Amino acid sequence: MVTEHEVKHIAELADVGIHKEELETFTHQFNAILEYFDTLDLVRGVPAAEDGLVNILREDEIEPSLTQEEVLRNAPAREDGFIKAPRVM
Amino acid sequence: MAGHTLTFEPADPYHAFLTTCSRPEHGHGPLAGVPIAVKDNISTKGIETTCASKILKGYIPPYDAHVVTLLRKAGAAIAGKTNMDEFGMGTTTENSAFGPTLNPCDTGRVPGGSSGGSAAAIAGGMVRMALGTDTGGSIRCPAAFCGIAGLKPTYGRVSRYGLIAYANSLEQIGSMGKTVSDVATLMGVIAGHDRRDSTSVDRPFAHTPKGEIKGLRIGIPEEYFGPGVDPEVATVVRKAIDRLVELGAVTVPCSIPSMQYALAAYYVTCTSEASSNLARFDGVRYGGPAPDTKKSWHEAYQDVRREGFGPEVRRRIMLGTFALSSGYYGKYYAKAQVARQNVKADFAHIFAGVDVIAGPTMPSIAFRLGEKSDPLSMYLADILTVPANLAGIPAISVPCGKVRGMPVGLQIMGKHFEDERVIDVAYTYEQAVI
Repeated sequence: MVTEHEVKHIAELADVGIHKEELETFTHQFNAILEYFDTLDLVRGVPAAEDGLVNILREDEIEPSLTQEEVLRNAPAREDGFIKAPRVM
Repeated sequence: MAGHTLTFEPADPYHAFLTTCSRPEHGHGPLAGVPIAVKDNISTKGIETTCASKILKGYIPPYDAHVVTLLRKAGAAIAGKTNMDEFGMGTTTENSAFGPTLNPCDTGRVPGGSSGGSAAAIAGGMVRMALGTDTGGSIRCPAAFCGIAGLKPTYGRVSRYGLIAYANSLEQIGSMGKTVSDVATLMGVIAGHDRRDSTSVDRPFAHTPKGEIKGLRIGIPEEYFGPGVDPEVATVVRKAIDRLVELGAVTVPCSIPSMQYALAAYYVTCTSEASSNLARFDGVRYGGPAPDTKKSWHEAYQDVRREGFGPEVRRRIMLGTFALSSGYYGKYYAKAQVARQNVKADFAHIFAGVDVIAGPTMPSIAFRLGEKSDPLSMYLADILTVPANLAGIPAISVPCGKVRGMPVGLQIMGKHFEDERVIDVAYTYEQAVI
């Protein structure tokens, strides 16, 4: 069981936020789903160690790509050819 | 390749489309002049692509998804972008931020989801073919509910380049059509290798459906006819399988023991992947509105995402964040991956003795609008479709009759890279009942 306080904490960790009035319903639904996830306790076996695949990487070569104008076109806030974002620190 | 235009101005009483292109260009090729509807999570250069989410309202992709490039090369006309559950998260198309799509067979019911707009556009007679995407049944469910055909290809057979990601390890773009032949035609255009998708496999599709199934061995898993499946739906599907037997197939009873936890494994996996994939939607580079640059990063980011994402999207991001958090990873994500291995092993075991597996696509007919308001009850409706995504195998839904006036889908699952065979079985059935 998770509490309303924990659900609020998860919403903050996930950066999705939560409205006060949603908290009770969200917590109730979250617990019903987590209870259902408990069927995974029936799972037997260990994770496969290695499936034989290795990373598939391309050569780091310059290829034609989008122009700066094309890249910026969808950004809602920009300045001097840059994208404007909130401060991180 | 372009140069010609056609007129596409459907009335759209079912709200199948989010965007229509009234004068789309088209060229020459196998799909010359054929209007194709494209699900709104597939990038189309110059045409708004929203994933039915407020957070991407106004987003105009600067490039085409690989499948859209292939459609244009084949001469197709991109007719418009179809409604869906926001980011593909849902089984009804009611989770669209722009309002639900209605089922053309009964407008009081949902078309299924998440590719509900594509299915309704076909069932409503607006287009013959459409692209959908299938993460846990999102092509097959609406195909079944609307009475059309839809294929989830083998994982890797169709490039995901330009598909706005929800759960990469599960999802595939696939074809939907009025008939199985339409599905095969469209699959022939979109399948093949693309180096821009690192999971892409070089297995093009060049197959004309054949109506010959003599000696075909069909596995019938008991779980697909067990508790939770509407008995009337089960009866209609059993009759369809009897028809395949009359046409020369043999049935073999079988069991998928991992079904008991497959759905939980699916939801843990897809929400975990979603929590990572959807981190990119911050209103900074695309979508919006722009975050308040006077606020701190997390504060501004949360404001944008709380208002921009609908409740189901936020719920899945939160579930995934929780399942991956330290202390719970072993209980949820790690277990789900073992469960997934077990599902694959069960299929491998069954396919050692049969050619295809058949059962209902969905455990019920289409729900009434608003019927599945509780998220868990909506998740449970995916029980018969998610095993194919967990295993990465091909699966098709073909209409096989009606219950209380609503269409029922017969699901045929096949071995990896035997998309041709599931298409042949569906085609054989379809030709026999026309």
